[in-house]
Amino acid sequence: MSIKIGIPRALLYYEFYPLWITFFELLGAEVVISSRTNKQIVESGVQHTVDEACIPVKLFHGHVVDLRDKVDYIFVPRLRSICKGEYICPKFCGLPEMVRHSIKDLPTLIDITIDCIKSNRDLKNAVFAAGNFLTEDRDLITTAFQTAYIAYKEHKMILKKQLFPPFKRKKIMVLGHPYTLYDSYLNMDLLQKLEACDTSILTPEMLPKPVISHYAQNFDGQLYWSFAKKLIGTVLYLKDTKSVDGVIYISTFGCGVDSVVAHLVEKIIRRDTTLPFMLITLDEHTGEAGINTRIEAFIDMLKWRDSDENHISSHG
Amino acid sequence: MKITFPHMGNLYIALKAVFEDLQVEVVTPPPCSKKTLALGTQYAPELMCVPFKLTVGNYIESIEKGADTLFMWGGCDVCRIGFYNTLQKDILKDLGYDIEMICVESLNTPQKIRKFFKQLCEVANTTHSFALIALFIKGIQLVFRLDELEELMIHARPREIHAGSVDILQASFEKEIRTTHGYKETYSLIDTYKKKIQKIEINPTKEVLQIGIVGEIYTVVEPFINFELVKKLGNMGVDVHRSVTTGKFVREQLDFLPFMHSNKKNVHRAAHPYIEMDIGGHCRHTVGDTVLFGEKGFDGVVHLLPFTCMPEIVAQSILPTVEKDKNIPILKLVLDEMTGEAGYVTRLEAFVDLLWKRREYAQDEKMLSRN
Repeated sequence: MSIKIGIPRALLYYEFYPLWITFFELLGAEVVISSRTNKQIVESGVQHTVDEACIPVKLFHGHVVDLRDKVDYIFVPRLRSICKGEYICPKFCGLPEMVRHSIKDLPTLIDITIDCIKSNRDLKNAVFAAGNFLTEDRDLITTAFQTAYIAYKEHKMILKKQLFPPFKRKKIMVLGHPYTLYDSYLNMDLLQKLEACDTSILTPEMLPKPVISHYAQNFDGQLYWSFAKKLIGTVLYLKDTKSVDGVIYISTFGCGVDSVVAHLVEKIIRRDTTLPFMLITLDEHTGEAGINTRIEAFIDMLKWRDSDENHISSHG
Repeated sequence: MKITFPHMGNLYIALKAVFEDLQVEVVTPPPCSKKTLALGTQYAPELMCVPFKLTVGNYIESIEKGADTLFMWGGCDVCRIGFYNTLQKDILKDLGYDIEMICVESLNTPQKIRKFFKQLCEVANTTHSFALIALFIKGIQLVFRLDELEELMIHARPREIHAGSVDILQASFEKEIRTTHGYKETYSLIDTYKKKIQKIEINPTKEVLQIGIVGEIYTVVEPFINFELVKKLGNMGVDVHRSVTTGKFVREQLDFLPFMHSNKKNVHRAAHPYIEMDIGGHCRHTVGDTVLFGEKGFDGVVHLLPFTCMPEIVAQSILPTVEKDKNIPILKLVLDEMTGEAGYVTRLEAFVDLLWKRREYAQDEKMLSRN
């Protein structure tokens, strides 16, 4: 029987899942992904985490609890930095500790450290450390990682093809961290709801990375968080190209990165563009009806702009 | 040019003296008050941590008093502190203030050090960076002396014979320090008060509780935001030990210099079984110092953190394990602009009562087992 490795469906799973799953499967493990976020996961997450943590971290704990009795290992990487000179978030970096000290009776954690803050030289060691849980064969690990990396890149390419769909509808940029955008239980099917309202959606993941980095350079200040760079780069891109009709920012309550970035994004949009902007803050108490009303009102407002807003100067 | 800086405990005394020696006019911000917090909360992003809100309030109050140059320490940490100056500049610009900002960022490359000195030279209107280095050392000296003064007060407060004598001296020190000018006067005033405090009648054999304070530096050293925790605990008969102070922090930042010694390595070693690497902020210190306090046999630990502080949330998840392993009670106090003083004091009093009872029990048990 093969070894079972559990990957919590939370946080950077949404960014890296093709890489992680392919890697472990090629090394002969059976990969078990935790269930999609549901009420039970939210409840056990809230129960097992300190009160002050943000909802994505609480959900991560919930997903770990969901996997606890099903697998031999749980993959909880310590992500300090995934790009040179950029950090992620202190909570991502202390994630193995948070999980280990909050949840009892855990299987072994694969808590490799990914730290590319100075260079990505140590990445190789991290890959071997992760692979060594399954095999000693270094060549096998190297090939597995290379194949997995190609799978990850291909997945990224597919995302980018969705950019600018040909049909003409209202285009809305939905900003936020991948784990709030793509966890449809947490954001209450926001993306699907928007699409049902006859709009097409753009997310930061659909923009090419060089474009984002290029625009992020124009920002006056240091962007040392990968998420901050991505989101602010995207907004500066929107400011220049004006390629969408409205912007929605999905934030989570208590998120340190969002407390800064959401503020900066809103400022840039309100000061330098005429785009409509809406900030939705999610937490474990959010009621769905309120969100629905806000989305509908936002879409209505976008549509009314076409017919009701005149472009004649009021000064004659 | 009129320079100002945000408050952080008694750091303003050292900064004021140093800038006065540079022949720069200094506007000391009014002590943090409800008004400062209200101003900061009004203009800062909603979910920002409370130190940011207070520093924004400090700036606005100082600018209204005439300041036009802001001095800020920032640095590129994993936490929000690196964004402070960007946001502050933005907020103050939006409010229509015309100000210049000098930011001490992490000085880890020669270019950054050169830029920092260039800015300081502009402030000081000199070209002698050597004089600046001498002044920098003087500033650090003052920070250390102020720490020593505070330690003396903390030691004397629970043991004083006439209640309130330390508090009276502290109040008069804070009043007199406003009238001093430059390094020499400040230094001698600190010295005078050190002697005065040593002369306070104390009962050295009085039984006191030993409580350690750990957490995020701003909430530990700024008396406004922690509701004068150190003073309150002292008056409840508690000997307080702070894990982070401005002096200790400076020492740790500069301990690559041969004559600087800090306790950093010990703390990191103590924290190692729980957290191996630096995740930013004071997380490693919070955990390490709690372990050390537990090993020293302290009665309890108070953990202070601003609401939504990312590194301290990690520490907070680890501390229950330390609490169990080292058998030391920990009281967690989360601070933000909504914290009410009365509820906070009740919790402190209850915690102190509990620790006294705990100590009694421990002693009773010892006596029983001897019989």
